[in-house]
Amino acid sequence: MSASAVLSSVELAWRVAADTPDPELPMVTVADLGILRDVTMDGPRVTAWLTPTYSGCPALREIRADVAGRLAAAGFADVEVRTVLSPPWSSDWITAEGRRKLLAAGIAPPSGSAPRRAAGPVPLTLTAAPGRAISCPQCGSGDTERTAAFSATACKDLYRCRSCAEPFEHVKEI
Amino acid sequence: MGFDTAYEAINEGEDPGHRWAYGTGFTDPLAGVDTTLPSGVDGADLAAYCLMLGDDALIMSHRLQQWLARAPELEEETALANIALDLLGQARLLLSRAGAADGSGRTEDDFAFGRSEREFRSVRLAEVTDADFAGLIARLVAFSTWRLALLDRLRSSRDPVLAAVAAQGVRELTYHRDYAAQWLVRLGDGTDYSRERMVAGLAAAAPLVPELFEPVEVELRLAGAGVAVDPSTVRAEFDGVLATVLDGAGLQWPDVPGLAPVSGQAGRDGVHTEAMGYLLAELQSIARSMPGAVW
Repeated sequence: MSASAVLSSVELAWRVAADTPDPELPMVTVADLGILRDVTMDGPRVTAWLTPTYSGCPALREIRADVAGRLAAAGFADVEVRTVLSPPWSSDWITAEGRRKLLAAGIAPPSGSAPRRAAGPVPLTLTAAPGRAISCPQCGSGDTERTAAFSATACKDLYRCRSCAEPFEHVKEI
Repeated sequence: MGFDTAYEAINEGEDPGHRWAYGTGFTDPLAGVDTTLPSGVDGADLAAYCLMLGDDALIMSHRLQQWLARAPELEEETALANIALDLLGQARLLLSRAGAADGSGRTEDDFAFGRSEREFRSVRLAEVTDADFAGLIARLVAFSTWRLALLDRLRSSRDPVLAAVAAQGVRELTYHRDYAAQWLVRLGDGTDYSRERMVAGLAAAAPLVPELFEPVEVELRLAGAGVAVDPSTVRAEFDGVLATVLDGAGLQWPDVPGLAPVSGQAGRDGVHTEAMGYLLAELQSIARSMPGAVW
């Protein structure tokens, strides 16, 4: 075994926790989504830090249990999973690998970075069409339209491709 | 690690039971979050304030859930379910924050299922029933515009937990308000019939709006300490947003008097309308008939 292949305990713990699939988007891991913020070790205790995507994300309980279970199965005896609420999760935290996996699964990843807000009140949008172009994950066409601002999970909305006529989901930029 | 379907992932491993999100026994949503009170902040006051904001979200969420299987289109059903879920998530965090702040250790379930009607601090706008979809849209425009303005200011609250809940909530409420406002324009600027229904919806919601901007003592005390927001200070923003939406819909805000408090007391004091008892009877029925039940 070469020296570079030897992992420290905290690196191993990170890899084990990072490999946990998201229960609602099982093609990506919690590390791909940026939900896993950190893994720290204090003596024998491993702490995994998680940030929910949305306030009501029902998957967080399952993710917590999965991360704790995987760490325990990897031999870490003293495991805790803690919630980090601030700063709130952003779709900017989805990794390039996560975006690639979403696209391969037919889900359009966020297009560019989350909107930056200017000072003053939150702007109101009265037009149904959002301001950014989303490409179809099936045929790649940019000729798409949003059909609904909400979808089967809190983090996605619904689109339709005008070229190949396929409907698809898209991860919102927040 | 990857799976072709969510069901494969859910059923992976020896004990997949914890992956099914139903029943009771949910983890404390503030698990591992530092809930120490900031210096100079009164725990009882902070708890009371978190219950107000938490109850608004919980009760509005329950009313939205009652729309499921009744919405006009599948997309609207999904939208209302998402909005209800966001608000339920905000409620869970805020009720948990209340139990940590007052030192009682009460959980979200204790607050949601164990209190009587007079102990709920939600505004009356959240609890009333909707005659039709336009009625819901009128109420949702008012509720989300008001709550978004409040939470936007609460992002700089001196309580870091409240500030974090607000920062997350602002992005959710931005979607809720856009959704409701776009429907208000579509119905108001649609057919004669949809316009008539939208006008009736606004007339039903409008009497409950003045209460949103009436501060109670706890809010004023905490606003002075940099923890809460005096709701009277968001009236101008609310009016500005409503004017824009109504202009797009070609409608006017109805000129109707506010629903009077009862002996000077309204939702924030635990004095509710007739609708609240029925709502709580449903929301609490399982917990009351089988105390402590888990499944």
